[in-house]
Amino acid sequence: MSLSLYAGTLSSGILTGLVYGLAAMGLSVIFGVVRLVNFAHGEMMVLGMFAAVVLAAAWGIDPLLSALPVAALLFVAGYGLQRGLLNRFIDRPDHQQFILLLGIAMILVNGLMMVFGPDARSTNVPYGFDAFFVGGITLDKTRVYAAGGALIVAAALYAFFRFSRTGIAIRACADNQLGAAVVGLDVKGLYAITFGIGSAVVGIAGCLLSLVIDVRPQLAADYTLLSFIIVIVGGLGSMGGALLGGVLIGVSEALAGVLIDPSRKQMVSYGLLILVLLVRPQGLLGKRG
Amino acid sequence: MSGAGSLIVEGLSVAYGDALALDHVSLSVRAGEVTTLIGTNGAGKTTLIRAIAGLLPIRHGQIVYDGQEITGRPSHRICDLGLGQVAEGRQVFPSLSVRENLLMGAVIPRARSLANATYAAMLELFPRLRERLTQAAGTLSGGEQQMLAIARCLMGQPRLILFDEPSLGLSPAMASEVFRIIRRLKDQGMTIILVEQNVAASLALADQAYVLETGRITLSGTGQTLLRDPRVREAYLGL
Repeated sequence: MSLSLYAGTLSSGILTGLVYGLAAMGLSVIFGVVRLVNFAHGEMMVLGMFAAVVLAAAWGIDPLLSALPVAALLFVAGYGLQRGLLNRFIDRPDHQQFILLLGIAMILVNGLMMVFGPDARSTNVPYGFDAFFVGGITLDKTRVYAAGGALIVAAALYAFFRFSRTGIAIRACADNQLGAAVVGLDVKGLYAITFGIGSAVVGIAGCLLSLVIDVRPQLAADYTLLSFIIVIVGGLGSMGGALLGGVLIGVSEALAGVLIDPSRKQMVSYGLLILVLLVRPQGLLGKRG
Repeated sequence: MSGAGSLIVEGLSVAYGDALALDHVSLSVRAGEVTTLIGTNGAGKTTLIRAIAGLLPIRHGQIVYDGQEITGRPSHRICDLGLGQVAEGRQVFPSLSVRENLLMGAVIPRARSLANATYAAMLELFPRLRERLTQAAGTLSGGEQQMLAIARCLMGQPRLILFDEPSLGLSPAMASEVFRIIRRLKDQGMTIILVEQNVAASLALADQAYVLETGRITLSGTGQTLLRDPRVREAYLGL
């Protein structure tokens, strides 16, 4: 096989991986602050994908633009879910939270199935088959735009947590919940905002990914698992770790698709997961707990 | 600081499951005074502090702060009425910088507009913190963390401060620094409720004092009276 094929595969893996990383970042933010494992994460992502498909089919809106209303929609949905339902389960045993979120995942994915059916759909953007040529490597325009979008959102998220008052307050809650209550932070309200942000982020990731893949409701569970793997590989609670993990998974999937067989690419992700768990259980950029 | 900040606790009961941690506790705290709570470990002092701050569900009784009933209100609303807390174990945000910790003290609505001025005043009052503004709070010494916890509390413009074991685990020099700060706050008219394992020092500061034993108030009086009370001297001062 030629070197340029490898280079092309590698770059497209990196680009897709950045979008995966963004999705995982949403999961990581929710887990890091609310201590809730969002089993409906992939389902929310697919919700974002279908929203992008509908907006593209009905009004020809580019998924890069639909990311904005989709983010708003999923923020409201995530906020409401945490406020109205999940906050009541915060102090309950873990398995009750798991079952609740699995239930929500089922409702979402079957709801999508009822409305859209099991067939694959795509956003069909006009530049869908265009490419950039950089030093002998061919890069799909859709992939480049999706990755660029993911990086912009990741940077915005980082700035939000680093500099905004609400962002610092959310970090304070994650750091010391009692301390947060002591200074008068509305901890449960901040949980709701955090779940909203995590949902919005994965919704955006769904929009972006709809540029490069065909969308089916059944993908949801795969993306939930994929996000888990990325977060564990990159390190729980580390935003940079989520991006790095996403890129690693993206690259390994892409290379496995070329070297082994596209239908077995997941095998490689799990292999990577096991390897990281053996060698560095806290994840690549995670801190030892 | 104004003299407002009185607190009346009436027949307060708090339970963890079936275990009653506070059993019809009543006390009254006059504005501008230091009220000390003494008692052994497990007597319910921290439970009482947390119940007043709205951090624990109340089974029975009522809490009136500054003339309004606050029983059962969420903790962030109670905090916003000017009821601040320096919690046991300091409870700083370890991975946030000292500066961010201080800013978080002023997120409640009552304190936001004054945040910049109070921030400057706190750095004046605690020069050690100024040297460590960008450092993560978790890397500070115990004494520095206690200074940070006090400064963070003051950022919230409290009129009443609940101090829970502020000198616990500190060096003697740091502990007397903490008592010096509490005395100065008192001189400025702050209402203070103080829970302390250093009974002699806290009674010496106290206007009123209460002895809490297994969830009940068993003795009360002025700080000086309790310092001279033979039961207190024997049980808490080892004399």
